[in-house]
Amino acid sequence: MDFLRPASWEEALAAKAEHPTAVPIAGGTDVMVEINFDHRRPEYLLDLNRIGDLAEWEVGEDTVRLGASVSYTRIMQDLRAELPGLALASHTVASPQIRNRGGVGGNLGTASPAGDAHPALLAAGAQVEAESAARGTRLIPIDEFYTGVKRNALQPDELIRAVHIKKADGPQQYSKVGTRNAMVIAVCAFGLALHPQTRTVRTGIGSAAPTPVRAKTAEDFLNAALEEGGFWDNGKIITPSVAKQFAELCSGACNPIDDVRGTASYRRHAVGVMARRTLTWAWESYRGARRASEGAA
Amino acid sequence: MRVHFTVNGRPQEADDVWEGESLLYVLRERLGLPGSKNACEQGECGSCTVRLDGVPVCSCLVAAGQVEGREVVTVEGLADYAKERSCGTGACGTTLQDAQQWQAKPASDSQTGEGTELSPIQQAFIDAGAVQCGFCTPGLLVAADEMLEHNPNPSDADIREALSGNLCRCTGYEKIMDAVRLAAARQAEGV
Repeated sequence: MDFLRPASWEEALAAKAEHPTAVPIAGGTDVMVEINFDHRRPEYLLDLNRIGDLAEWEVGEDTVRLGASVSYTRIMQDLRAELPGLALASHTVASPQIRNRGGVGGNLGTASPAGDAHPALLAAGAQVEAESAARGTRLIPIDEFYTGVKRNALQPDELIRAVHIKKADGPQQYSKVGTRNAMVIAVCAFGLALHPQTRTVRTGIGSAAPTPVRAKTAEDFLNAALEEGGFWDNGKIITPSVAKQFAELCSGACNPIDDVRGTASYRRHAVGVMARRTLTWAWESYRGARRASEGAA
Repeated sequence: MRVHFTVNGRPQEADDVWEGESLLYVLRERLGLPGSKNACEQGECGSCTVRLDGVPVCSCLVAAGQVEGREVVTVEGLADYAKERSCGTGACGTTLQDAQQWQAKPASDSQTGEGTELSPIQQAFIDAGAVQCGFCTPGLLVAADEMLEHNPNPSDADIREALSGNLCRCTGYEKIMDAVRLAAARQAEGV
């Protein structure tokens, strides 16, 4: 094994181009487990800790450009307003020690269907900034990023530099099922974001299909129902039948398996429950914000 | 490969480090600092918790090569670390009498921690009876000390959250909660 320690992003890209099998390591919370348990013996480890830029973020007009190694702790502390869904998801990641090291770049690189960040990224809307020495930078839409169980759209010579996440234009929620609050790999998880500007709702489902997925049929149904009932304007409570149908369609978007953490049918059921709850919570905040702004006006 | 880093304030050098080796292994097997415990090796238990540039991390998940040039504090250095922190607030200094009575510490002190003073959190764990088998204790001490550093008046929920990455299979956590509350109270009183 060789340990490559690039001091700059350019050096890292050059090293990845020269050694496409090199495994990038930042927080190490996935890679080191595999090495400790002898599940993986990479030829090269590519340490990204010396590249300071990766731990920084920029808040732009419409998006946050989140460096691949910004820790979950920082996201929770500093980006709660801009990225509320991701901040909630970050809070469910393992433990303080793990949140101090791990970041969204690692979640994306590992591309486990159980990664906590994925449902929040899918719901908010995001693009992954990947770069190679040969072909430069490209932005991969999050919907096209996950290609299979622990597979993603990255080429062997590419590294994840950042994620461009849409700033919240409305309430966002995140929910995760596990046996306890800390140190839990999701049995399943659900992210939901209201986008009042475009009058749409987006979702993200974790751990209930081979990849993180959106419940697109459920989104289409809900968007149409909200539009038809004038809910965005009148701020009424969402009709229980609409919420129920939305929940059922979200369950239907799952393609889960039975495993040690839960059965397929439990996952399907739980995703439906989380869909209904997160929709209710988010819609309540939306109504509250509407009332507050009307009261002020 | 060779790795240079600072452990408990002292520059250290580890030789013949395997590239896939963890910081925990280097601390325990190469530097003779067995305070950080090796249990799950997957970040589940927190018994290997150390401070890396001040931040609590699981040392089993930090690759040795990643600590090059960085600062690590282990449970062995916790008492000195806590002392230095309280000095930073102007709470101490060396009196003439202390200076005149100064003696070099035995060389083994930084290795085993024997004969050294305890940090307030360590003393609180003893006083509250928060230690049974002791295996989880070093990780809990490092995590609890870090919490008290930036949150001197923690609620029970804050304590549970801060220690949520540390598993204890003996105590049921109640005595540990007592110990952290005790340390916080003593810190507030300045004793």
